Amino acid sequence: MPCRLRPVRPRPVRSGVHFRCGVGDFRGLFPPRSTPSLAAVIEVRELHKRYGRVVAVDRLSCTVRPGRVTGFLGPNGAGKSTTMRMLLGLDQPSGGEALIDGRPYRREVAPLRRVGALLESGAAHPGRSAYHHLLWLARSNRIPRSRITEVLELVGLAAVAGRRVGGFSLGMRQRLGIAAALLGDPPVLLFDEPVNGLDPEGIRWIRDLMRGLAAEGRTVLVSSHLMSEMALTADHLVVIDRGRLLADTGTRAFVEANSVGYVQVRTPEPERLRAVLTGAGIETRTGPDGAVHAYGVSAPRVGELVAAHQLTVHEIGARSASLEEAFMRLVEEATARRRTERESG
Amino acid sequence: MSGTGRNVGTSGTGMSTGTVDRADPALAEPARWRLVGPLRAVVAAELTKIVTLRSTVWTLVPALAVTVGISALVALSFRTSLPRQPADRQAAFDPLFATFYGVTLGQLAVVVFGVLVVGAEYRSGTIRASLLAVPRRGLWYAGKVLAAALPLAVVGLVTALASFAVAQPVLGPYAVPSGTDEVSAAVVGAWLHLTLLGLFALGVAALLRSSVWALAVLLPVLLLGSQGLGNIPGLRTVTQYLPDQTTWVIMHLAGPQDDPRWLRDYGPWTGVGLLALWTAAALLGGYLTLRRRDA
Repeated sequence: MPCRLRPVRPRPVRSGVHFRCGVGDFRGLFPPRSTPSLAAVIEVRELHKRYGRVVAVDRLSCTVRPGRVTGFLGPNGAGKSTTMRMLLGLDQPSGGEALIDGRPYRREVAPLRRVGALLESGAAHPGRSAYHHLLWLARSNRIPRSRITEVLELVGLAAVAGRRVGGFSLGMRQRLGIAAALLGDPPVLLFDEPVNGLDPEGIRWIRDLMRGLAAEGRTVLVSSHLMSEMALTADHLVVIDRGRLLADTGTRAFVEANSVGYVQVRTPEPERLRAVLTGAGIETRTGPDGAVHAYGVSAPRVGELVAAHQLTVHEIGARSASLEEAFMRLVEEATARRRTERESG
Repeated sequence: MSGTGRNVGTSGTGMSTGTVDRADPALAEPARWRLVGPLRAVVAAELTKIVTLRSTVWTLVPALAVTVGISALVALSFRTSLPRQPADRQAAFDPLFATFYGVTLGQLAVVVFGVLVVGAEYRSGTIRASLLAVPRRGLWYAGKVLAAALPLAVVGLVTALASFAVAQPVLGPYAVPSGTDEVSAAVVGAWLHLTLLGLFALGVAALLRSSVWALAVLLPVLLLGSQGLGNIPGLRTVTQYLPDQTTWVIMHLAGPQDDPRWLRDYGPWTGVGLLALWTAAALLGGYLTLRRRDA
């Protein structure tokens, strides 16, 4: 880029009502090089981070595209936060690249109108009021003061804007962090574990917010270790464990590819049923509520076996595994594979 | 918490995150905006931080109050005791010593200010929000230093002038003959001392990335220096170069320079230059740390 502050093409001047235009309205706001709407906005290439002998991120490559919520999924300590911090220029990669809009964030001058981020606990000084926290942020990037009131109302903190952050609950602090991320109305948003500390209502609010932001054509990357939450929020998943990429795929495709279906049977005589199924070479387990789960078999086949042995059943139904189960399976497989590799080589 | 924003942000309902006027101010401005504009914005942001935090604002008040108060007390004690002193002691009396003695204690408040301005960033985690808003670390650091320098310079100047203005009437017959070069040099010296020492402390805090560690290093050194360590002959060859000691010559706090017992190895303005070097070194060390370390 010859000049970072001045776009090659003037950006359209937007008035307060333009955001009602819906999907695609933000495309003109991207710097010219990322104008194609499905171009990767966030790019991670062979990213590597080592702390001494510990490898936190291990040659990770993935892309994040606009117009959808991308879930960044992994158990605690998988390297999600480290990756996000490298994307945002807080941590220096040991190797590889982490780019937003094709360039490293660390070289940006005043990026809040292009990228908004929420990192753990919002990083506001406890002695400063919510309004003043947003005020210095706005001044650093020449964002008009009127926008502060807007985002405070948006996150539901307008009534406590003058109160010091030290007295805020974790949920309120999280909302302040989100207000800070939205301050510059940026087309790219990164949220690190945004639902931490939020009550169910807050979790639903943030889910709707992120889906709304993506529907407006923005790029939204959300990290979480809560798979069930991501199943409801994310359209696309980037799954990592121990700093390595496990999957980069659509949420539904991920569940379908990784879930093992089973047939759930409710019966007053579970011992007999289990004996019958085991006799037919079918693996069974007992579900948390006492139902019998049969694996590797179709529901009609179970029904035939039940009829043949004149068992009483109350319900026979096919079930698919949850995202939680799919994820755990994937992690276990990866761990096992690594162990095999280590033993053989 | 107001519930007004709860369902805002869902798409298709005509609600959204609002907007920012994207008419980029950079479009209308010349190329120098590239450097000056962002820097001015960062300075404004960092000044906002200083002003909106009670702890930083209130550390500068004692700088003024303690310096002026101590100077007035010292001046008063000289005025009452000097008439009973022998003639040679009276002749050797340096009214500027009494005028700026308070700086040796008032400087501690300035040091705490300098440390807190950077240390609070690390303690609260605000450093991450700061570097998200201004990812270029050199730009952010320059803004931080300038934003701290402004209140330091103002408070330093007011303190130096007030100290002089209060101590002189208290000294009465022993006051300095006004208008001499040494007097104006001493006032300017006290001003530069307070300003530079505060920035020196800022640099040390940035180097150590912690208020606690910075104060643990700075306060003993500064207290020992002012509590007479500099008078021990053997040590003095070294301690006279401690950052807060170097400006004592220009403030007339180092003792009469025609007396070999107190003679320093450098002159008044060289001393100020030495403090400037200390400050530059600390600020540079702070910058290199900031640039290299993960935030």
